[in-house]
Amino acid sequence: MTPVPFGDFVARAQTRGTLVVQPRMGFSDPARMREGLLRTRAADAVTAGTLTLDSYTRVGDLAAARRAVAEGVALNGYPICTHPLRTSRAVLEGLHDSAFPVQVRHGSAQPEHIFSALLALGLDASEGGPVSYCLPYGRTRLRDAVSSWRAGCELLASHGDGAAPHLESFGGCLLGQLCPPALLVAVSVLEGLFFVRHGLRSVSLSYAQQTHPRQDHEAVAALRRLAGELLPDVDWHVVLYAYMGVYPLSRGGALTLLEAAARLAVESGAARLIVKTAAEAHRIPTVSDNVEALETAARAAATATRRPERDAGGSEVYAEARTLVHTVLGLDDDIGRALLTAFRRGLLDVPYCLHPDNPGRARSFIDRDGRLRWADTGALPLSGAAVSAARKVTSADLLAALSHVQRAYDSGGTP
Amino acid sequence: MNSTHGTHSPTVLITGTSSDAHTWNLVYLQLLLEEWGRRVVNLGPCAPDELVLASALEHDPGLIVVSSVNGHGFHDGLRLIRVLRSHPRLAATTIVIGGKLGVDGLRNVGQVRRLTEAGYDRVFDDGDMADFRALVSRLPARAVS
Repeated sequence: MTPVPFGDFVARAQTRGTLVVQPRMGFSDPARMREGLLRTRAADAVTAGTLTLDSYTRVGDLAAARRAVAEGVALNGYPICTHPLRTSRAVLEGLHDSAFPVQVRHGSAQPEHIFSALLALGLDASEGGPVSYCLPYGRTRLRDAVSSWRAGCELLASHGDGAAPHLESFGGCLLGQLCPPALLVAVSVLEGLFFVRHGLRSVSLSYAQQTHPRQDHEAVAALRRLAGELLPDVDWHVVLYAYMGVYPLSRGGALTLLEAAARLAVESGAARLIVKTAAEAHRIPTVSDNVEALETAARAAATATRRPERDAGGSEVYAEARTLVHTVLGLDDDIGRALLTAFRRGLLDVPYCLHPDNPGRARSFIDRDGRLRWADTGALPLSGAAVSAARKVTSADLLAALSHVQRAYDSGGTP
Repeated sequence: MNSTHGTHSPTVLITGTSSDAHTWNLVYLQLLLEEWGRRVVNLGPCAPDELVLASALEHDPGLIVVSSVNGHGFHDGLRLIRVLRSHPRLAATTIVIGGKLGVDGLRNVGQVRRLTEAGYDRVFDDGDMADFRALVSRLPARAVS
């Protein structure tokens, strides 16, 4: 059976009122990777499959990946550029079809080698972005990431022959926690636009669950509204990430947080959810951990219904995100150059990110009502009202904020 | 890279290790050291050994803090200290390492000994904050020329 385009599969599920759930899963052993995909496909849920790659492949150190494979050393993901093509084809054989799209997740600031490898396997869905896979994870210069992602998008888009290659922006994550939602929304929209300007016709925009359910709802609504305004002629959907920060230690707390993410996804109009497992805080999750998470999320999603968008236009998140996006778009016709200029001038600034190309002036905190807000907007083009409770964030504040969600769910409550 | 300026105590250089992409441990250490009155240069995550060496020579820090939480800290830390100690100007600089240094989360006496033998002045287990504070408070104040 011919594989289904990733975006079509998700759109059809959403039309039927079903949330697509997807793991973050990667093993270096081909047999184990195949088992993970098989069991994802067989899970009692509408699922998409994932090949998560190892960190040597992520940073382009293919010599180290080859050594590890030759010596039988386990890696933290699937080395897609290293296993022989026939091995990887055997991993996917009979699985990647019209009922089960497979996406490659990788974390690379310079993904050209990864895109070549996935196209050779007949895959055409991946994720990341020139900002979201550069600033939080290393020292690759932003200008190099922008130029690599430009080439990568064009490579992927050139394989559009009858199919519809798909790219998801990882902009809704950034450092995983403590980033005010407006910046997550803005970076996701800008990366989605970057993909489209470089040839993609099917994209997804992401948002990671944060500290305040109502604010999260507003953020997804803002993301959907901005996508509707700025991506009128392409296929797009919103993907939600279950909480990406310090995860609850207790099994009950971890699964309750995941269920909250699944309900948030359905209620806010996201079409797909990337799950976290009950093992998250303790070890690299097994296939069984992932299947449990997929089925738990699907059950929770089935109990939720879409909420009407009352205040998407009036929310604080929408107003700030819209200002950030339009300020950046106004800098240059080329979005890549606009992103570089924006970070150079501090018009985009990821709080607490230590990358040499991040301005590093913006600071965030969890306000008394549980919402994530700016403690310092640096040079961001946001009004004084954005810093409603400007304050200095101490080391103790930071530790408390980092574990805010973990503590709430481990003690049996919600934030 | 982030840095703060303006006091007369010696600079503290904070760095992650070459293979470690984690940031929050480094941000926390920076805030803590600033609250303790120290001037901080923070190299951030994934700092290659050569960058740590060049920055140490440039800033002449009174203390170098290596922090690692990805499980590769023992190997990466051992390689880094050999690079740093091989330079005569860093032979006497106080250099410490801490975090979650092994993949199993257990204290390994043999690894701690090898790290100190290779040149670390102290190896801090996860959570040894009182000892760390005591060490930082003993740093000499000195005029920066």
